Amino acid sequence: MNQEPPPRPLDCELDEASVSEALSNTWRAKPGLWGAIGNVDHKVIARRYIVTAFVFLILGGFLALAMRLQLSGPELRYIGPDRYNQIFTMHGSNMMFLFAVPVMEAMAVYLVPLMVGTRNIAFPRLNAYSYWVFVTGGILLWLSFMLDAAPDVGWFAYVPLSGPEFSAGKRTDIWAQMITFTELSALAIAVEIVVTVFTQRAPGMSLDRIPLLVWAMLVMAFLVIIAMPAIMFASSTLIMDRLVGTHFYNPAEGGDVLLWQHVFWFFGHPEVYIIFLPAVGMVSTILPTFAQRPVFGYLPLVMALIATGILSFGLWVHHMFVVGLPRLGESFFTASSMAIAVPAGIQIFCWLATLWAGRPIFKVPLLFIIGFIITFVIGGLTGVMVASVPFDTQVHDTYFVVAHFHYVLVGGAVFPLLAAVYYWFPKITGRMMSETLGAYAFWLIFIGFHLTFFPMHILGLQGMPRRVYTYQPELPWADLNLFVSFSALVLTAGFLTFFIDVIRSWRYGPIAGENPWNASTLEWATASPPPPFNFPFIPVVDDRNPLWARSGPEMLVSAGLRTDRRELLVTSVVEALPVARESSAPHSVWPFWAAIATSIMLIWSMFSPWAVVWGAIPIAISLIGWFWPKGAPEEAA
Amino acid sequence: MSRRTVLDVSHLPLHASGTASPTWWGTCAFMLIEGSGFSLAIAVYFYLMSLAPQWPISAPPPDLLPGTMVTATLIASAIPNAYLSRWARKKDLRLVRIGLIVMCAMAVLPLGIRVYEFPAFHVLWDDDAYGSITWTILGLHTTHVVTDLADTIVLTCLMFSRHADSARRYGDVQDNCLYWNFVIVTWVPIYASLYWVPRQ
Repeated sequence: MNQEPPPRPLDCELDEASVSEALSNTWRAKPGLWGAIGNVDHKVIARRYIVTAFVFLILGGFLALAMRLQLSGPELRYIGPDRYNQIFTMHGSNMMFLFAVPVMEAMAVYLVPLMVGTRNIAFPRLNAYSYWVFVTGGILLWLSFMLDAAPDVGWFAYVPLSGPEFSAGKRTDIWAQMITFTELSALAIAVEIVVTVFTQRAPGMSLDRIPLLVWAMLVMAFLVIIAMPAIMFASSTLIMDRLVGTHFYNPAEGGDVLLWQHVFWFFGHPEVYIIFLPAVGMVSTILPTFAQRPVFGYLPLVMALIATGILSFGLWVHHMFVVGLPRLGESFFTASSMAIAVPAGIQIFCWLATLWAGRPIFKVPLLFIIGFIITFVIGGLTGVMVASVPFDTQVHDTYFVVAHFHYVLVGGAVFPLLAAVYYWFPKITGRMMSETLGAYAFWLIFIGFHLTFFPMHILGLQGMPRRVYTYQPELPWADLNLFVSFSALVLTAGFLTFFIDVIRSWRYGPIAGENPWNASTLEWATASPPPPFNFPFIPVVDDRNPLWARSGPEMLVSAGLRTDRRELLVTSVVEALPVARESSAPHSVWPFWAAIATSIMLIWSMFSPWAVVWGAIPIAISLIGWFWPKGAPEEAA
Repeated sequence: MSRRTVLDVSHLPLHASGTASPTWWGTCAFMLIEGSGFSLAIAVYFYLMSLAPQWPISAPPPDLLPGTMVTATLIASAIPNAYLSRWARKKDLRLVRIGLIVMCAMAVLPLGIRVYEFPAFHVLWDDDAYGSITWTILGLHTTHVVTDLADTIVLTCLMFSRHADSARRYGDVQDNCLYWNFVIVTWVPIYASLYWVPRQ
């Protein structure tokens, strides 16, 4: 062992300009296409993730418009029943698995390392791998749609409809394998987030100083880790039933169709909170900035996040109230479904108190958050309604449920996400978005949303079932459906305005500067957009709102890291005391090849079980290439 | 923004080891993922059992010999595994090399016996739901043994290469030992469920 390492350049021995220059040389991406593919900067990967997820949002939006066109009048013939089945299945699967979960995780990938004051996410190569797996899964699903071979069994693919007997061909296999792709990528990110939050926080950022968004992303990551194996089990056993003749879901041979619903919803209900909790974190972070005071009730908010996370595993059966379960079981799940309204209520009151006690500045992000609070409360109320078994029996599988979950998902997650885009756009691009266009976008989206989805409650109460491709003229649904379809155009105009604003501001927006909103968290303590190394010096934290802790623009930092290799600080889990100067993996194209090898195996395994055996060989080779030491300074210890 | 340096970290080690290391936490997170998977698979096993008029549905209870031998070899492997972890902590390259070779053998052994374990259930995966879930659980665990074996072989090669003598490599060996303990620990409830529950 070499006990006396040769002297290395430390940041504390250089002046500030030289530190930045030296760090740039060490951290920047290699040039060219392969440099871009091999990039492991969390910000670059998160940006790709966010843009890709928004592309899927637009595609899913087109599908929604197609459905609204078809339903705008009775017995229309724009879309046939088979294509319609594919369209609503694609819309749901795409929005849940290719937009909502990935975009929330991508926000975490971008923001968590910056907010905890470190230089890259933990396991940056796994992060790159995750993106390539995700994008391949998305392409697989959309290619199948182009080829008229998209899944057509609904986004939760109930057996026996999705089993070998009633779903011939490869449509359902494509759905199930798309699930495997997206869950794999989600699990990878969850691990990175947990480890980043546990080991890479800035010195002094003890548990009670962690920003609320980071807490929310941490709870979300744990939900992913515990819930997603269930859906991978479900999708794998479904493929096995279809491909090699297992009998998990075949009652004739001792299997059970309800088993599918149990396993699916054991994942599916936490999934809602996997999407919603990051939104809670966004609201809790953005609101104090525009109220210009610290958030009211930090501890209750953290407790509410954790309580929601735990309770979310005790709700899944409320999706199955009409299948005929024991009465006691139904009562238990009614109680737990209503209980989760308690932490949600605590959050709402803390946010209102923050606004009440502050001096609110009504910029676009705050508008979206107020829109969120109104919409989410309405969605929450219908949620408490459908938690009651008799009421649920009445409205199950009707448009009432469609209205409810769009209120909680769009109201509860997309509104905060749009607030987050307006809020962090200056950090990500270095430019401000337009307040005028933003206000137009907000009002069009807010009004368009309510005009589109509120009447669906009434349609549901009038008995209109979901997933019908048309309805007869004698039924009393035509006028409201036409109204909904026109309202959808208002909503579309809102999103169009939003996207125009994004593209315009990306090129021409006013320069933002480090901290345009006078916010309190660490991501605003570096340049916009941040350099590849995030912070020239790792911040030291002695307050929950580090940027508001001092009157002058002064920041506490640490020094003594090397500049010639990618180095970051590892700190202890509870108190965030510095432990080591750990290295961060350099750029590599191996994660890309590993993702390609994984994709080949997964797609091949829809056709032959032997793919799992032979397909594992290229995966193993690419993983060895990934982990084998190459003599980089980062490997020294 | 002006910066005030309040902390000097230049004296800190270049690598975090043990429970401070990100890879240790990463390994734990992956064990939590796979542990959730195993728990769910066992829950499904009991769910299907609760529906069936008798369990196994239409096969005799599994033969105990191969499964018990796998259990014995797995538990026995915990001893050299613990030694290997200790040697890696002490950074003793010679003993680590020996320990890794032993651990490769200790992973091959249960895999060899497992070939006889599948037929011991007297059922195929496509016979009935009992067959499907037993083959799936056994397959899932076998995948973990194979993965860890592959990992151990690669590590062994690394430790015989010029990259061997580094704190990072010894950390890898320790994490690999941790993961092997996970493979052993998950097997115990599986063994009880697959072999002893059908005899009740």
